[in-house]
Amino acid sequence: MSRQLRIDPIACTGHGLCAELFPERISLDDWGYPLIESGELSAELSEHAQRAVASVSAVAAKRHR
Amino acid sequence: MMLAAQQFPRLLAGLVPGATMSFANHQLIHGPMDLSRHGRAASEHPLLLEIERAGLRGYGGAGFPSATKIAAVAAQQGRPVVVINAMEGESLSGKDMLLIRHLPHLVLDGAIAIAMALRSDRILLAFDSGAAGARRAVERAIAERPERGTPGFPEIVGAPLGAAYLTGQETALVAALNGKAAKPTLTPPYPFERGVSGRPTLISNTETFAQIALIVRHGATWFRGLGSERAPGTRLVTVGGAVARPRVVEVPGGTTVRRLLDASGGVTESLQGLLVGGYAGTWLPPEAIDLALDPLELSEYGASLGPGIVFALGESACPVAEVAAATAWLHRESAGQCGVCINGLGAISAALLELCDDGYHSGSYGEIERWCGLVSGRGACALPDGAAAFVSSAMATFRAEFEQHARHGHCDACLDRRVLPLAGQELLAPRPSRRLVAA
Repeated sequence: MSRQLRIDPIACTGHGLCAELFPERISLDDWGYPLIESGELSAELSEHAQRAVASVSAVAAKRHR
Repeated sequence: MMLAAQQFPRLLAGLVPGATMSFANHQLIHGPMDLSRHGRAASEHPLLLEIERAGLRGYGGAGFPSATKIAAVAAQQGRPVVVINAMEGESLSGKDMLLIRHLPHLVLDGAIAIAMALRSDRILLAFDSGAAGARRAVERAIAERPERGTPGFPEIVGAPLGAAYLTGQETALVAALNGKAAKPTLTPPYPFERGVSGRPTLISNTETFAQIALIVRHGATWFRGLGSERAPGTRLVTVGGAVARPRVVEVPGGTTVRRLLDASGGVTESLQGLLVGGYAGTWLPPEAIDLALDPLELSEYGASLGPGIVFALGESACPVAEVAAATAWLHRESAGQCGVCINGLGAISAALLELCDDGYHSGSYGEIERWCGLVSGRGACALPDGAAAFVSSAMATFRAEFEQHARHGHCDACLDRRVLPLAGQELLAPRPSRRLVAA
């Protein structure tokens, strides 16, 4: 199954951690919000993507406390 | 199916300005709607095939094929809800309110026919609670329906909602109908999957249902008997700006901009541009007056008719001030949920206001154009995309005026008045200017 990275623009707070963890596919715009380079993710890149996704959840969890 | 003679206008037949057409008069003009032969449900439904053959596309702005949309709802498990979207948050459009206030039975006919085909038991008519006369027209029309309370017929409920630019956006409308704030939500799930009360929901524009009411009666061949191959049938267009009689006109698909303006009393001054499609639309140079309102021809200019809007900008207005004010309004109307709207559209709006009033010295002209490209396709809804298209087409069409403002700030025309209607703002009112206050 092909995997794609997608941002939830409503949930995104522009923290920017995702771009730090996954610079291969994520850069930040003029205001610090992620720009995704589209395309399928190889197995290796998927791991990096997973890490970026997890970091976002971590930030979100922190924000809730 | 008997082929009725082609008459014109179709939707606006028998319209009496200022009056709501009664059910009796509606029946006299259009004849009764025979739903008996449309008894079968789901995707093989004859009405659905007829709508597909008619080539009907939604009139709310996106122009999505209606048959595909209805079939998507029909394919879902669960009893669907049908929503008539008359929110019309686009203040350049007046057709939905015209239909609701003056010809509500045409709209209700179409919604009932579709609800019956989908085996839906509930029709919601969502409209602007603040619009004068709308509530009374809706309540009266619903009370007049003979099907009311008849087993097997859907219940029709008026849903007055606080109007805003985004309330008519489908996911925002679903949220509002579910008692939440009228803000767009992330898709999927789409409303056709999970909408009002979590049920599959068909949301279509007011005019789309009115057109369906005629397709039910006369069929697809009749429908295609007017208009062009690519723009079959007729459609309502709200014509505004520098014309003698700004109004909603019904025209055959594929007609020219010039004929639209003529039908609105003709232009009152020479034009410097045309806005096609509204605040999510495209500015075109005056030469576009000879364009046909044909999807293909318009798309070559990056334009579409949107919810049916043509606005003529006369030479006495300042395009830069108009665009700056409208962009600031769009930014305020944004739900403020996504980074691109809060920051991107905010930056575009602030830059345009600065450019308009004081000249643009804090950045470059090209940067504003780049920002327009940057915000497209990155929000939860299409508001930033529409705003970016509105701004970038204006900057291309009125290049000289924008560059003039970027260097020197405000001009005489832009201190004078605003011609683009923005909901909640006084039209043609003198605009407070920092310069004037300081003087």
